[in-house]
Amino acid sequence: MKRRQFIQQTMATTALASIGGLGLQSFSNSATKKITILHTNDVHSHIDPFGPEDGKNPNKGGVARRAAIVESIRQENPNTLLLDAGDIFQGTPYFNYYGGELEFKLMSMLKYDVATIGNHDFDNGIDGLYKQIPHAKFDFVSANYDFTNTVMDTHVKPYKTFIKNGIKIGVFGLGVQLEGLVTKKLYKETKYLDPITIAQDMSHKLKIEEKCDLVICLSHVGYHYKKNPDKVSDLNIAKATQDIDLIIGGHTHTFLAHPTIAKNAKGQNLLVNQVGCYGLYLGRVDFYFNNDKTKTAKGTSILV
Amino acid sequence: MNYKHFIYAIAILIFYGCRKDYQLTKIEGKRLEIDENIVANAEIEAFIKPYRMHVNKNLDRVLSYAVDTYSKKDGEFNTAIGNMMADAVMRQSNPIFKKRTGNDLDIVLLNYGGIRSILSQGNVSIRTAYQIMPFENSVVVATLKGTDIKAIVSYLQNAKEAHPIAGMQLQLDKNFNVISATIKGQPIEDHKTYYVATNDYLYHGGDHMTFFKNSSNVELLDYKIRNVLIDYFTQMDTLKPTIDKRFTKHN
Repeated sequence: MKRRQFIQQTMATTALASIGGLGLQSFSNSATKKITILHTNDVHSHIDPFGPEDGKNPNKGGVARRAAIVESIRQENPNTLLLDAGDIFQGTPYFNYYGGELEFKLMSMLKYDVATIGNHDFDNGIDGLYKQIPHAKFDFVSANYDFTNTVMDTHVKPYKTFIKNGIKIGVFGLGVQLEGLVTKKLYKETKYLDPITIAQDMSHKLKIEEKCDLVICLSHVGYHYKKNPDKVSDLNIAKATQDIDLIIGGHTHTFLAHPTIAKNAKGQNLLVNQVGCYGLYLGRVDFYFNNDKTKTAKGTSILV
Repeated sequence: MNYKHFIYAIAILIFYGCRKDYQLTKIEGKRLEIDENIVANAEIEAFIKPYRMHVNKNLDRVLSYAVDTYSKKDGEFNTAIGNMMADAVMRQSNPIFKKRTGNDLDIVLLNYGGIRSILSQGNVSIRTAYQIMPFENSVVVATLKGTDIKAIVSYLQNAKEAHPIAGMQLQLDKNFNVISATIKGQPIEDHKTYYVATNDYLYHGGDHMTFFKNSSNVELLDYKIRNVLIDYFTQMDTLKPTIDKRFTKHN
């Protein structure tokens, strides 16, 4: 019922009838390019599935299962990116025993493309994170953590761009305020910059200067704070920026049954998504690009 | 010359035209559940296996033996398992604190909610320590005045819960009024300095323990509560903690 409402509302705003859209494809020489974004957040060292006796999530999760799904989606669409929104570390003895080595090695085997840094990724100190970097064959992005005076300097980029089937995708990272959440001794000289200002700069840079077709914000800022609605959050970043197509979130362990359709500063739609925690779910967002003017003129339909 | 410029202009137009040709027309979003219906990737599974075996072997290493099963629900104002935890923090942390500062700990204060599992009768392993204390909190030592210690007394008096304590003796009457509150057998002196070991979560006001904000100094021992338990279990051949008279209420 709710899902239906979403589709209808979206149709209304873009004035696109799905039947008309499908019909056009069949006889014009138009081409569709599809980009698939897969994402996780707050996996917290949950490598093994929960056991059958678990009171909350019996038989759920597990990296080897996630690997199987990711592989089958990549076979279906090679133009796929796999992203993680932080808090990779901490939560099972695997982290205590191996300090995150296994987490990074497995993410590399799953061919993660990029991840951002969560507060718990500092749990063994910034030196503990740095020590595990050689095990990560993927990149880290964070635009609002300034690592200049730390060992992580040059190991984290503000953003990364990808070209998949001619479509340019820009991904930038955002992290949560560390003060009060993480002991200073652990994050040392890492500087936290205002996520909203940075998101405004980054989205402009990626859309206008880098000419990205798709701009993704990989955030560990948190979805929304009910008791403190003005606190910086993914929903507030969505509202305060333009040119972002998708915010992939983390930190608040928010289980969204489907991505949220939010409005940006210009009143345009964008998606905000988060898949809870512990690798219980894999988020999937497919972006379809078309070169048929009769289609493109009619805007974007969103089905969630 | 003009001709050449014209060609460039066309080329640029075509280039941008091509690029701009592709526009976002549709977005589909959903979440995929990771559950037992998915056949795990065998290569990944095989890669994890030796790590899992090592962790499990280590976690199941027997350190001690519990003569009975102890739950935080057994006991009204102090429990055997809570006393064991507070005593373990006192025993394991005091030598470190003393070496660093020359002072002895006076009190240990933990929280009832921080005991995350029972201690089962039988072999006690590293896994037991993970079960009782899955969190990463570490021991910190606050420097408080006697007036702040009285705030702790009043907190415990109102909480009516068996928060684990060591070093302090507290008696309440049947109406929850304090009959006596002593530290190492001595009455609390308002202006005296006391060293209170707790964990960083509580020190930062967790469980409404706001009195820690008056701490004039904090000593971080870099000693996780879980490691305190592991070390304590390693040193104790058998565990037989008891409910005692450290915090009681007269009926």
